[in-house]
Amino acid sequence: MGLVEQGKIPKPLTWLMNYSRKYSLWMYQWGLACCAIEMGAALASPRYDMMRLGVIPFPASPRQADLIVVSGTLTDKMAPALKRLYEQMPDPKYVISMGSCANCGGPYWDSYSVTKGVDQIIPVDVYIPGCPPRPEALLQGVVLLQERIQNEEMGPRWRGEPIIVGQPGAHDHLPETAVAVSSA
Amino acid sequence: MAVTEQQQQAFIGKHLAEAQVAVELQDEDMVLNIGPQHPATHGTLRVVVKLDGERVVAADPVIGYMHRGYEKLTEYRSYPQVTTLINRIDWLSSFANEVPFIHAGEQIMGIEAPPRAVYIRTVLTELSRIATFLLFLGEMGAQVGAITPVFYGFRDREYVLNLIEAATGGRFHPNFNRIGGLKDDVPAGWIAETRRMMDKVFESCDTFENLLEGNEIFLARTKGIGIIPGDVGKGYGVSGSNLRASGVDWDLRRDAPYLAYPEVDFKVWTHPGGDSWSRYWVRLQETREAARIVVDLLDRLPSGPVMAKVPRIIKVPPGESWVRVENPLGEMGYYVVSKGATGPFRVKIRSASFSNVSILPWLLKGVYVPDLITILASLYFILGDIDR
Ligand code: SF4
Repeated sequence: MGLVEQGKIPKPLTWLMNYSRKYSLWMYQWGLACCAIEMGAALASPRYDMMRLGVIPFPASPRQADLIVVSGTLTDKMAPALKRLYEQMPDPKYVISMGSCANCGGPYWDSYSVTKGVDQIIPVDVYIPGCPPRPEALLQGVVLLQERIQNEEMGPRWRGEPIIVGQPGAHDHLPETAVAVSSA
Repeated sequence: MAVTEQQQQAFIGKHLAEAQVAVELQDEDMVLNIGPQHPATHGTLRVVVKLDGERVVAADPVIGYMHRGYEKLTEYRSYPQVTTLINRIDWLSSFANEVPFIHAGEQIMGIEAPPRAVYIRTVLTELSRIATFLLFLGEMGAQVGAITPVFYGFRDREYVLNLIEAATGGRFHPNFNRIGGLKDDVPAGWIAETRRMMDKVFESCDTFENLLEGNEIFLARTKGIGIIPGDVGKGYGVSGSNLRASGVDWDLRRDAPYLAYPEVDFKVWTHPGGDSWSRYWVRLQETREAARIVVDLLDRLPSGPVMAKVPRIIKVPPGESWVRVENPLGEMGYYVVSKGATGPFRVKIRSASFSNVSILPWLLKGVYVPDLITILASLYFILGDIDR
């Protein structure tokens, strides 16, 4: 769509497309450690049932996914695989970092083999604190992400402009929403 | 010695022929990389398999994607902090992880926990065993294509997690043990509630039995698949339910008693089959047995304090101690060396899953790829427990 490239989409159309996008998030599960079990509980347990928020957790490959949830400890050995698969995802794409380990290294902040935060290698949209966060916290993280998607301008993300991690203002074109879920 | 041209030609010819053979052989095999990010590997195990058609010729598990450096980190933490860390080794049964380390500390210090604390520790260990195995029963169904058991597994697991949360404050990582006892007593009403929930656990075991054991697909996918003979299993250091499913009658709860196990009468379930189905069956029976142990212990819970007299700042005198216990996944042991500081000098961790997956190259030879998935599911390992 030429209009998208120029960033000239009529407001109602933007609203409609964002509205449809936020309720059909195909989520790639990047379950790494303990938090992955809580993510599993949020997805598969009838008590939490994340699919009612429009999150579909079954893309066969990252190429079909909109959202990646990194839950658990990312080690230096695993980090290249995460970066590679993130790069395979089509734009627009979002990242939720779940748990202290994914946020900043968590209990392994001084370990020699753990990457201290996935935001060192891929840009993160929502951080969920906790060790592990309760499944409810993941649900709230998804709701916050949906809020952000709803308020998004369509241009930058859709053009697939590279977001360079660590570059100041990498996320400046996105409207401010609260991006941290209060701890449960 | 000069080499004639003829000899040279013969040499090249011979090697060419060998290379040719190698290339032809290569044609038949395909190398498939499963993982490290694959739902069937329960986290980040990577298995590189060489396939001849659909059959596995050779399999090589690659581990280390979840290596978090526990043994080094423990050298920089004090004893209460180490408990927080080792909770997260085997994240499904965190409480059971804490017990051997705390025991090791108590042994060096010469402290004994009061009887009530010992009983509550046993109850919570068995509860985490139930939570672990309920997830296993669900997963096992999922790996052969039955999705329903997953929902039941997660649903029933919540009941048990609620109990653990009510007593300890954490769903997953309780960090409830202290050297010399427990942080707190159980809350009022907890015992009655636990009894009620154990009835639900029995019910849910029946549900799994009905869902899976009459299911022809489940039987066809698991019976006679992935057989581990008892002596081979022992040779590789396989332990826990995996070994008992191979007909070896070995349970540390009975054979090297710890906690309150000598005072309970329980059955050690074994199955002579050694295949995926036996491993599933043994775990199902052990879930029931664990619920029985819990009910039995709650009936005779002694009263009294839950904490022995210990100094405010824990300093463990020089010494060393080796403690091993029967964790839900198998035999877990801690070798703790203390040099009199507030933290351990060195901790060696023997975790069950590491030894359990070491049998994979032997076990996967000759199986079909779909069976590989069920075998991985039935061995039931936790990546944190493998890589630590
Ligand atoms: S944040 Fe805590 S619970 Fe989550 S993966 Fe890290 S250690 Fe495990």
